[in-house]
Amino acid sequence: MRTTVAALLSKELTLEWRTRESVPAMVLFSIATYVVFHFGLDRDRIAGDLASGVLWVTLLFAAILGVNRLFVAEYEQGGFDGFLLAPVDRTALLVAKAVALFLFLCLVELVAVPAFALLLLGPPLTQALPQLVLVLVLANAGIAVVGTLVAGLAIQTRARDLIVPLLALPLLVPVLLASARCATPLLQDGGAGPLPGDWLAVAAIYDLLFALIAYAVFDFLLED
Amino acid sequence: MPNPDLALALRGAGRRYGERTALRDVSLELEAGRTLVVFGPNGAGKTTLLRLLATLLRPHAGEVCVLGHPLPEDGYAVRGRIGFLGHEPLLYRELSGRENLRFHARLHRVAAERVDVVLDAVGMLARASDPVAELSRGMIQRLAIARAVLHEPVLLLLDEPLANLDPAAAAQVAPLIGPGSGRTRVVTSHDPAGGLKDADLALGLKGGRVALLAPAADVRPEQITELYA
Repeated sequence: MRTTVAALLSKELTLEWRTRESVPAMVLFSIATYVVFHFGLDRDRIAGDLASGVLWVTLLFAAILGVNRLFVAEYEQGGFDGFLLAPVDRTALLVAKAVALFLFLCLVELVAVPAFALLLLGPPLTQALPQLVLVLVLANAGIAVVGTLVAGLAIQTRARDLIVPLLALPLLVPVLLASARCATPLLQDGGAGPLPGDWLAVAAIYDLLFALIAYAVFDFLLED
Repeated sequence: MPNPDLALALRGAGRRYGERTALRDVSLELEAGRTLVVFGPNGAGKTTLLRLLATLLRPHAGEVCVLGHPLPEDGYAVRGRIGFLGHEPLLYRELSGRENLRFHARLHRVAAERVDVVLDAVGMLARASDPVAELSRGMIQRLAIARAVLHEPVLLLLDEPLANLDPAAAAQVAPLIGPGSGRTRVVTSHDPAGGLKDADLALGLKGGRVALLAPAADVRPEQITELYA
Protein backbone atom coordinates (compact mmCIF):
# COMPACT_ATOMS: atom_id res chain seq x y z
CA MET A 1 0.00 0.00 0.00
CA ARG A 2 2.96 2.31 0.64
CA THR A 3 3.81 2.56 -3.07
CA THR A 4 0.22 3.36 -3.96
CA VAL A 5 -0.05 6.03 -1.26
CA ALA A 6 3.24 7.53 -2.44
CA ALA A 7 2.02 7.61 -6.06
CA LEU A 8 -1.30 9.19 -5.08
CA LEU A 9 0.27 11.71 -2.73
CA SER A 10 2.90 12.73 -5.24
CA LYS A 11 0.18 13.26 -7.85
CA GLU A 12 -1.91 15.22 -5.33
CA LEU A 13 0.94 17.59 -4.43
CA THR A 14 1.95 18.06 -8.08
CA LEU A 15 -1.62 18.94 -9.05
CA GLU A 16 -1.90 21.47 -6.20
CA TRP A 17 1.46 22.98 -7.14
CA ARG A 18 0.36 23.34 -10.76
CA THR A 19 -3.20 24.55 -10.20
CA ARG A 20 -2.79 26.37 -6.87
CA GLU A 21 -6.50 25.85 -6.31
CA SER A 22 -6.76 24.98 -2.63
CA VAL A 23 -3.92 26.32 -0.49
CA PRO A 24 -3.86 29.93 -1.79
CA ALA A 25 -7.66 30.15 -1.44
CA MET A 26 -7.49 28.83 2.12
CA VAL A 27 -4.68 31.26 3.00
CA LEU A 28 -6.49 34.25 1.53
CA PHE A 29 -9.71 33.27 3.27
CA SER A 30 -7.92 33.02 6.63
CA ILE A 31 -6.22 36.40 6.29
CA ALA A 32 -9.41 38.06 5.07
CA THR A 33 -11.33 36.62 8.01
CA TYR A 34 -8.75 37.86 10.51
CA VAL A 35 -8.99 41.31 8.92
CA VAL A 36 -12.78 41.14 9.25
CA PHE A 37 -12.45 40.15 12.91
CA HIS A 38 -9.92 42.94 13.41
CA PHE A 39 -12.42 45.54 12.25
CA GLY A 40 -15.57 43.69 13.37
CA LEU A 41 -14.43 43.41 16.98
CA ASP A 42 -12.94 46.90 16.76
CA ARG A 43 -9.97 45.69 18.77
CA ASP A 44 -6.28 45.63 17.97
CA ARG A 45 -5.49 42.88 20.39
CA ILE A 46 -7.33 39.92 21.81
CA ALA A 47 -6.19 37.14 24.12
CA GLY A 48 -7.26 34.01 25.97
CA ASP A 49 -10.47 32.22 24.99
CA LEU A 50 -11.58 34.91 22.53
CA ALA A 51 -8.26 34.72 20.67
CA SER A 52 -8.38 30.94 20.67
CA GLY A 53 -11.95 30.91 19.37
CA VAL A 54 -11.19 33.38 16.57
CA LEU A 55 -8.08 31.43 15.58
CA TRP A 56 -9.81 28.04 15.40
CA VAL A 57 -13.12 29.07 13.87
CA THR A 58 -11.22 30.78 11.06
CA LEU A 59 -8.91 27.81 10.47
CA LEU A 60 -11.88 25.45 10.49
CA PHE A 61 -13.81 27.44 7.89
CA ALA A 62 -10.66 27.75 5.77
CA ALA A 63 -10.24 23.97 5.99
CA ILE A 64 -13.76 23.49 4.64
CA LEU A 65 -12.64 25.22 1.42
CA GLY A 66 -9.90 22.64 1.01
CA VAL A 67 -12.23 19.77 1.86
CA ASN A 68 -14.63 20.95 -0.84
CA ARG A 69 -11.89 20.74 -3.48
CA LEU A 70 -10.33 17.50 -2.27
CA PHE A 71 -11.88 15.07 -4.77
CA VAL A 72 -12.80 17.49 -7.55
CA ALA A 73 -9.98 16.40 -9.88
CA GLU A 74 -10.87 12.75 -9.31
CA TYR A 75 -14.53 13.42 -10.07
CA GLU A 76 -14.12 15.77 -13.04
CA GLN A 77 -11.11 14.16 -14.71
CA GLY A 78 -11.90 10.49 -14.22
CA GLY A 79 -9.37 9.96 -11.45
CA PHE A 80 -11.82 7.75 -9.55
CA ASP A 81 -12.17 5.34 -12.47
CA GLY A 82 -8.43 5.34 -13.10
CA PHE A 83 -7.83 4.45 -9.46
CA LEU A 84 -10.64 1.90 -9.23
CA LEU A 85 -9.33 0.07 -12.32
CA ALA A 86 -5.99 -0.57 -10.62
CA PRO A 87 -5.40 -3.64 -8.46
CA VAL A 88 -4.70 -1.65 -5.31
CA ASP A 89 -5.96 -1.34 -1.77
CA ARG A 90 -8.63 1.36 -1.94
CA THR A 91 -7.77 2.60 1.53
CA ALA A 92 -4.63 4.04 -0.07
CA LEU A 93 -6.79 6.81 -1.52
CA LEU A 94 -8.08 7.71 1.95
CA VAL A 95 -4.57 7.80 3.36
CA ALA A 96 -3.13 9.84 0.48
CA LYS A 97 -5.97 12.35 0.48
CA ALA A 98 -5.89 12.75 4.26
CA VAL A 99 -2.12 13.25 4.24
CA ALA A 100 -2.43 15.77 1.40
CA LEU A 101 -5.12 17.71 3.27
CA PHE A 102 -3.02 17.58 6.43
CA LEU A 103 -0.05 19.07 4.54
CA PHE A 104 -2.26 21.73 2.93
CA LEU A 105 -3.54 22.75 6.38
CA CYS A 106 0.02 22.96 7.70
CA LEU A 107 0.98 25.20 4.77
CA VAL A 108 -2.04 27.42 5.37
CA GLU A 109 -1.18 27.75 9.05
CA LEU A 110 2.40 28.73 8.24
CA VAL A 111 0.92 31.97 6.90
CA ALA A 112 -2.40 32.23 8.73
CA VAL A 113 -1.09 31.88 12.30
CA PRO A 114 1.53 34.66 11.95
CA ALA A 115 -1.13 36.79 10.24
CA PHE A 116 -3.43 36.16 13.20
CA ALA A 117 -0.67 37.12 15.61
CA LEU A 118 0.02 40.29 13.65
CA LEU A 119 -3.56 41.41 13.17
CA LEU A 120 -5.28 40.36 16.37
CA LEU A 121 -3.22 38.60 19.01
CA GLY A 122 -2.19 40.61 22.05
CA PRO A 123 0.40 38.40 23.80
CA PRO A 124 3.49 37.39 21.85
CA LEU A 125 3.27 34.02 20.16
CA THR A 126 6.90 33.02 20.49
CA GLN A 127 6.68 31.48 23.95
CA ALA A 128 3.56 29.46 23.18
CA LEU A 129 4.59 28.38 19.70
CA PRO A 130 6.00 24.87 20.38
CA GLN A 131 2.87 23.86 22.30
CA LEU A 132 0.59 25.55 19.76
CA VAL A 133 2.27 23.54 17.00
CA LEU A 134 1.36 20.35 18.85
CA VAL A 135 -2.28 21.45 19.08
CA LEU A 136 -2.28 22.44 15.41
CA VAL A 137 -0.91 19.06 14.39
CA LEU A 138 -3.55 17.18 16.40
CA ALA A 139 -6.34 19.38 15.05
CA ASN A 140 -5.07 19.09 11.48
CA ALA A 141 -5.04 15.32 11.76
CA GLY A 142 -8.66 15.27 12.90
CA ILE A 143 -9.78 17.74 10.22
CA ALA A 144 -7.87 15.80 7.54
CA VAL A 145 -9.45 12.45 8.39
CA VAL A 146 -13.00 13.73 8.83
CA GLY A 147 -12.63 16.08 5.86
CA THR A 148 -11.49 13.27 3.57
CA LEU A 149 -14.38 11.08 4.66
CA VAL A 150 -16.93 13.84 4.14
CA ALA A 151 -15.40 14.94 0.82
CA GLY A 152 -15.51 11.36 -0.46
CA LEU A 153 -19.18 11.14 0.47
CA ALA A 154 -20.16 14.56 -0.85
CA ILE A 155 -18.39 14.36 -4.19
CA GLN A 156 -20.98 11.85 -5.40
CA THR A 157 -23.81 14.30 -4.72
CA ARG A 158 -25.03 17.22 -6.80
CA ALA A 159 -25.01 19.65 -3.85
CA ARG A 160 -21.38 19.02 -2.90
CA ASP A 161 -20.74 22.62 -1.79
CA LEU A 162 -23.65 22.42 0.64
CA ILE A 163 -23.14 18.87 1.86
CA VAL A 164 -19.50 19.36 2.89
CA PRO A 165 -20.06 22.11 5.49
CA LEU A 166 -23.36 20.62 6.63
CA LEU A 167 -21.71 17.27 7.36
CA ALA A 168 -18.21 18.34 8.29
CA LEU A 169 -18.90 21.18 10.70
CA PRO A 170 -21.00 19.17 13.19
CA LEU A 171 -18.53 16.29 13.00
CA LEU A 172 -15.64 18.68 13.64
CA VAL A 173 -17.17 20.39 16.69
CA PRO A 174 -15.19 18.12 19.07
CA VAL A 175 -11.95 19.07 17.24
CA LEU A 176 -12.83 22.75 17.46
CA LEU A 177 -13.74 22.46 21.12
CA ALA A 178 -10.64 20.52 22.12
CA SER A 179 -8.30 22.70 20.06
CA ALA A 180 -9.79 25.94 21.34
CA ARG A 181 -9.61 24.75 24.94
CA CYS A 182 -6.02 23.61 24.43
CA ALA A 183 -4.99 26.91 22.86
CA THR A 184 -6.73 29.18 25.38
CA PRO A 185 -4.00 29.04 28.07
CA LEU A 186 -1.34 29.39 25.38
CA LEU A 187 -2.77 32.69 24.16
CA GLN A 188 -3.33 34.32 27.55
CA ASP A 189 -2.03 37.72 28.50
CA GLY A 190 0.88 37.50 30.88
CA GLY A 191 2.54 34.43 29.43
CA ALA A 192 1.48 31.03 28.17
CA GLY A 193 -0.01 28.64 30.71
CA PRO A 194 0.34 24.85 30.60
CA LEU A 195 -1.51 22.79 28.03
CA PRO A 196 -4.66 21.19 29.42
CA GLY A 197 -3.83 17.50 29.19
CA ASP A 198 -7.44 16.33 29.27
CA TRP A 199 -8.39 18.35 26.18
CA LEU A 200 -5.25 17.26 24.44
CA ALA A 201 -6.28 13.68 25.12
CA VAL A 202 -9.78 14.40 23.76
CA ALA A 203 -8.23 15.67 20.51
CA ALA A 204 -5.95 12.64 20.23
CA ILE A 205 -8.74 10.15 20.96
CA TYR A 206 -11.01 11.89 18.45
CA ASP A 207 -8.31 11.60 15.78
CA LEU A 208 -7.80 7.92 16.49
CA LEU A 209 -11.52 7.17 16.59
CA PHE A 210 -12.26 8.85 13.28
CA ALA A 211 -9.20 7.34 11.65
CA LEU A 212 -10.61 3.91 12.52
CA ILE A 213 -14.12 4.85 11.33
CA ALA A 214 -12.75 6.25 8.08
CA TYR A 215 -10.65 3.13 7.52
CA ALA A 216 -13.72 0.95 8.07
CA VAL A 217 -16.16 2.81 5.81
CA PHE A 218 -14.08 4.48 3.08
CA ASP A 219 -14.11 1.39 0.87
CA PHE A 220 -17.91 1.52 0.78
CA LEU A 221 -17.87 5.16 -0.30
CA LEU A 222 -15.95 4.16 -3.42
CA GLU A 223 -18.27 1.28 -4.19
CA ASP A 224 -20.71 1.78 -7.04
CA MET B 1 -20.17 -21.13 -13.27
CA PRO B 2 -16.54 -19.93 -13.71
CA ASN B 3 -14.95 -21.46 -16.81
CA PRO B 4 -11.27 -20.56 -17.23
CA ASP B 5 -11.45 -21.06 -21.02
CA LEU B 6 -13.92 -18.26 -21.36
CA ALA B 7 -12.78 -14.66 -21.15
CA LEU B 8 -16.37 -13.55 -20.58
CA ALA B 9 -19.47 -15.37 -19.44
CA LEU B 10 -22.68 -13.48 -18.72
CA ARG B 11 -25.97 -15.06 -17.67
CA GLY B 12 -28.99 -12.80 -17.47
CA ALA B 13 -26.83 -9.83 -16.50
CA GLY B 14 -28.67 -6.62 -15.74
CA ARG B 15 -28.03 -3.19 -14.37
CA ARG B 16 -30.27 -0.36 -13.20
CA TYR B 17 -29.70 3.31 -12.51
CA GLY B 18 -32.36 4.07 -9.92
CA GLU B 19 -35.69 3.14 -11.51
CA ARG B 20 -34.28 3.01 -15.04
CA THR B 21 -33.01 -0.30 -16.36
CA ALA B 22 -29.94 0.31 -18.49
CA LEU B 23 -29.12 -3.31 -19.23
CA ARG B 24 -31.47 -6.29 -19.06
CA ASP B 25 -30.96 -10.03 -19.33
CA VAL B 26 -27.67 -10.09 -21.25
CA SER B 27 -26.26 -13.57 -21.75
CA LEU B 28 -23.19 -14.36 -23.83
CA GLU B 29 -19.88 -16.17 -23.82
CA LEU B 30 -16.62 -15.06 -25.38
CA GLU B 31 -13.55 -17.23 -25.69
CA ALA B 32 -10.12 -15.88 -24.83
CA GLY B 33 -8.39 -14.06 -27.68
CA ARG B 34 -11.66 -13.31 -29.50
CA THR B 35 -13.29 -9.99 -30.27
CA LEU B 36 -16.83 -9.03 -29.34
CA VAL B 37 -18.15 -5.92 -31.05
CA VAL B 38 -21.11 -4.20 -29.45
CA PHE B 39 -23.44 -2.13 -31.59
CA GLY B 40 -26.41 -0.03 -30.59
CA PRO B 41 -27.79 3.48 -30.63
CA ASN B 42 -27.00 6.02 -27.92
CA GLY B 43 -28.39 4.88 -24.58
CA ALA B 44 -28.61 1.24 -25.68
CA GLY B 45 -26.44 0.08 -22.76
CA LYS B 46 -23.05 -0.33 -24.47
CA THR B 47 -21.11 1.80 -22.02
CA THR B 48 -22.94 0.25 -19.07
CA LEU B 49 -21.94 -3.21 -20.31
CA LEU B 50 -18.31 -2.16 -20.60
CA ARG B 51 -18.28 -0.58 -17.13
CA LEU B 52 -19.87 -3.71 -15.72
CA LEU B 53 -17.14 -5.87 -17.22
CA ALA B 54 -14.47 -3.41 -16.02
CA THR B 55 -15.69 -3.85 -12.39
CA LEU B 56 -16.63 -0.16 -12.27
CA LEU B 57 -20.32 -1.05 -11.90
CA ARG B 58 -21.90 -3.91 -9.97
CA PRO B 59 -24.41 -6.10 -11.77
CA HIS B 60 -27.90 -5.84 -10.28
CA ALA B 61 -29.12 -9.06 -11.87
CA GLY B 62 -27.66 -12.26 -13.26
CA GLU B 63 -24.09 -13.48 -13.24
CA VAL B 64 -21.03 -11.84 -14.71
CA CYS B 65 -17.79 -13.78 -14.99
CA VAL B 66 -14.64 -12.07 -16.32
CA LEU B 67 -11.42 -13.98 -16.99
CA GLY B 68 -12.79 -16.85 -14.94
CA HIS B 69 -13.65 -14.72 -11.95
CA PRO B 70 -17.21 -13.97 -10.82
CA LEU B 71 -18.01 -10.29 -10.31
CA PRO B 72 -18.24 -8.34 -8.15
CA GLU B 73 -16.77 -10.82 -5.62
CA ASP B 74 -13.47 -11.32 -7.45
CA GLY B 75 -13.12 -7.81 -8.86
CA TYR B 76 -9.73 -7.35 -7.26
CA ALA B 77 -8.35 -10.41 -9.07
CA VAL B 78 -9.19 -9.15 -12.56
CA ARG B 79 -8.62 -5.39 -12.30
CA GLY B 80 -4.96 -5.51 -13.20
CA ARG B 81 -5.69 -7.70 -16.24
CA ILE B 82 -8.23 -5.36 -17.83
CA GLY B 83 -7.44 -2.41 -20.08
CA PHE B 84 -10.33 0.03 -20.11
CA LEU B 85 -10.79 2.83 -22.61
CA GLY B 86 -13.98 4.76 -22.01
CA HIS B 87 -15.35 8.08 -23.18
CA GLU B 88 -13.17 9.88 -20.64
CA PRO B 89 -9.40 9.54 -21.06
CA LEU B 90 -8.85 9.18 -17.28
CA LEU B 91 -5.91 11.58 -17.47
CA TYR B 92 -5.26 14.62 -15.31
CA ARG B 93 -5.27 17.75 -17.44
CA GLU B 94 -2.57 19.56 -15.50
CA LEU B 95 -0.12 16.67 -15.69
CA SER B 96 1.84 15.80 -18.81
CA GLY B 97 1.20 12.60 -20.72
CA ARG B 98 4.35 11.06 -19.27
CA GLU B 99 3.44 12.08 -15.71
CA ASN B 100 -0.04 10.62 -16.12
CA LEU B 101 1.32 7.33 -17.43
CA ARG B 102 3.98 7.17 -14.71
CA PHE B 103 1.22 7.63 -12.15
CA HIS B 104 -0.78 4.75 -13.64
CA ALA B 105 2.39 2.68 -13.96
CA ARG B 106 2.96 3.01 -10.23
CA LEU B 107 -0.64 2.03 -9.48
CA HIS B 108 -0.27 -1.05 -11.70
CA ARG B 109 3.27 -1.88 -10.51
CA VAL B 110 4.63 -1.46 -14.01
CA ALA B 111 8.30 -0.54 -14.58
CA ALA B 112 8.78 3.15 -15.37
CA GLU B 113 10.68 2.24 -18.57
CA ARG B 114 7.46 0.85 -20.05
CA VAL B 115 5.98 4.37 -20.08
CA ASP B 116 8.21 5.61 -22.87
CA VAL B 117 7.72 2.37 -24.77
CA VAL B 118 3.94 2.86 -24.97
CA LEU B 119 4.30 6.60 -25.58
CA ASP B 120 6.47 5.75 -28.56
CA ALA B 121 4.02 3.10 -29.73
CA VAL B 122 1.16 5.63 -29.86
CA GLY B 123 3.38 8.30 -31.43
CA MET B 124 3.30 10.64 -28.45
CA LEU B 125 6.90 10.55 -27.32
CA ALA B 126 7.66 14.00 -28.76
CA ARG B 127 4.75 15.61 -26.90
CA ALA B 128 5.03 13.48 -23.77
CA SER B 129 6.08 16.41 -21.57
CA ASP B 130 3.21 18.69 -22.58
CA PRO B 131 0.30 19.09 -20.17
CA VAL B 132 -2.71 17.09 -21.32
CA ALA B 133 -4.75 20.33 -21.26
CA GLU B 134 -2.64 21.61 -24.16
CA LEU B 135 -3.13 18.58 -26.41
CA SER B 136 -5.68 17.99 -29.16
CA ARG B 137 -8.50 15.48 -28.65
CA GLY B 138 -6.78 13.04 -30.97
CA MET B 139 -3.55 13.24 -28.99
CA ILE B 140 -5.44 12.79 -25.73
CA GLN B 141 -7.12 9.71 -27.20
CA ARG B 142 -3.70 8.30 -28.11
CA LEU B 143 -2.52 8.88 -24.53
CA ALA B 144 -5.68 7.22 -23.24
CA ILE B 145 -4.90 4.19 -25.40
CA ALA B 146 -1.35 4.17 -24.03
CA ARG B 147 -2.81 4.24 -20.51
CA ALA B 148 -5.17 1.37 -21.30
CA VAL B 149 -2.41 -0.94 -22.54
CA LEU B 150 0.35 0.24 -20.20
CA HIS B 151 0.05 -2.78 -17.91
CA GLU B 152 -0.29 -5.24 -20.82
CA PRO B 153 -3.85 -6.34 -20.05
CA VAL B 154 -5.24 -9.59 -21.43
CA LEU B 155 -8.74 -8.15 -21.84
CA LEU B 156 -9.40 -4.85 -23.56
CA LEU B 157 -12.68 -3.00 -23.05
CA LEU B 158 -12.80 -0.29 -25.68
CA ASP B 159 -15.58 2.25 -26.01
CA GLU B 160 -15.33 3.66 -29.54
CA PRO B 161 -11.52 3.52 -29.40
CA LEU B 162 -10.87 5.23 -32.71
CA ALA B 163 -12.96 8.30 -31.91
CA ASN B 164 -10.99 11.51 -32.64
CA LEU B 165 -8.17 9.62 -34.34
CA ASP B 166 -7.09 10.37 -37.91
CA PRO B 167 -6.44 7.38 -40.21
CA ALA B 168 -2.68 7.49 -39.61
CA ALA B 169 -3.11 7.51 -35.84
CA ALA B 170 -5.70 4.72 -36.07
CA ALA B 171 -3.21 2.63 -38.04
CA GLN B 172 -0.48 3.41 -35.51
CA VAL B 173 -2.47 2.20 -32.49
CA ALA B 174 -3.84 -0.89 -34.28
CA PRO B 175 -1.05 -3.23 -33.07
CA LEU B 176 -1.87 -2.22 -29.48
CA ILE B 177 -5.65 -2.45 -29.48
CA GLY B 178 -6.58 -3.97 -32.83
CA PRO B 179 -7.42 -7.60 -33.59
CA GLY B 180 -3.72 -8.29 -34.09
CA SER B 181 -2.94 -7.37 -30.48
CA GLY B 182 -3.67 -10.94 -29.42
CA ARG B 183 -5.89 -9.76 -26.61
CA THR B 184 -9.50 -10.55 -25.89
CA ARG B 185 -11.42 -7.45 -26.91
CA VAL B 186 -14.84 -5.98 -26.31
CA VAL B 187 -15.30 -3.00 -28.60
CA THR B 188 -18.26 -0.69 -29.04
CA SER B 189 -18.80 0.69 -32.50
CA HIS B 190 -21.28 2.60 -34.65
CA ASP B 191 -19.64 1.48 -37.88
CA PRO B 192 -21.39 -1.72 -39.11
CA ALA B 193 -18.92 -2.63 -41.86
CA GLY B 194 -15.75 -1.66 -39.98
CA GLY B 195 -16.93 -3.17 -36.71
CA LEU B 196 -17.95 -6.50 -38.20
CA LYS B 197 -14.70 -6.79 -40.14
CA ASP B 198 -12.65 -7.14 -36.93
CA ALA B 199 -15.21 -9.05 -34.87
CA ASP B 200 -15.67 -12.70 -33.98
CA LEU B 201 -18.96 -12.13 -32.21
CA ALA B 202 -21.47 -9.31 -32.76
CA LEU B 203 -23.82 -8.05 -30.09
CA GLY B 204 -26.58 -5.57 -30.86
CA LEU B 205 -28.19 -3.76 -27.96
CA LYS B 206 -31.36 -1.73 -28.08
CA GLY B 207 -33.03 -0.21 -25.04
CA GLY B 208 -30.74 -2.22 -22.79
CA ARG B 209 -31.85 -5.56 -24.29
CA VAL B 210 -30.05 -7.94 -26.58
CA ALA B 211 -31.45 -7.37 -30.06
CA LEU B 212 -28.80 -9.35 -31.90
CA LEU B 213 -26.17 -11.87 -30.88
CA ALA B 214 -24.45 -13.92 -33.55
CA PRO B 215 -21.05 -14.80 -34.98
CA ALA B 216 -19.89 -11.73 -36.87
CA ALA B 217 -19.45 -13.75 -40.06
CA ASP B 218 -23.20 -14.47 -40.07
CA VAL B 219 -24.27 -10.84 -39.60
CA ARG B 220 -24.96 -8.48 -42.47
CA PRO B 221 -24.27 -4.73 -42.02
CA GLU B 222 -27.95 -4.05 -42.75
CA GLN B 223 -28.92 -5.95 -39.61
CA ILE B 224 -26.75 -3.58 -37.60
CA THR B 225 -28.20 -0.54 -39.38
CA GLU B 226 -31.69 -1.74 -38.37
CA LEU B 227 -30.71 -1.38 -34.71
CA TYR B 228 -30.48 2.36 -35.22
CA ALA B 229 -33.87 2.67 -36.95
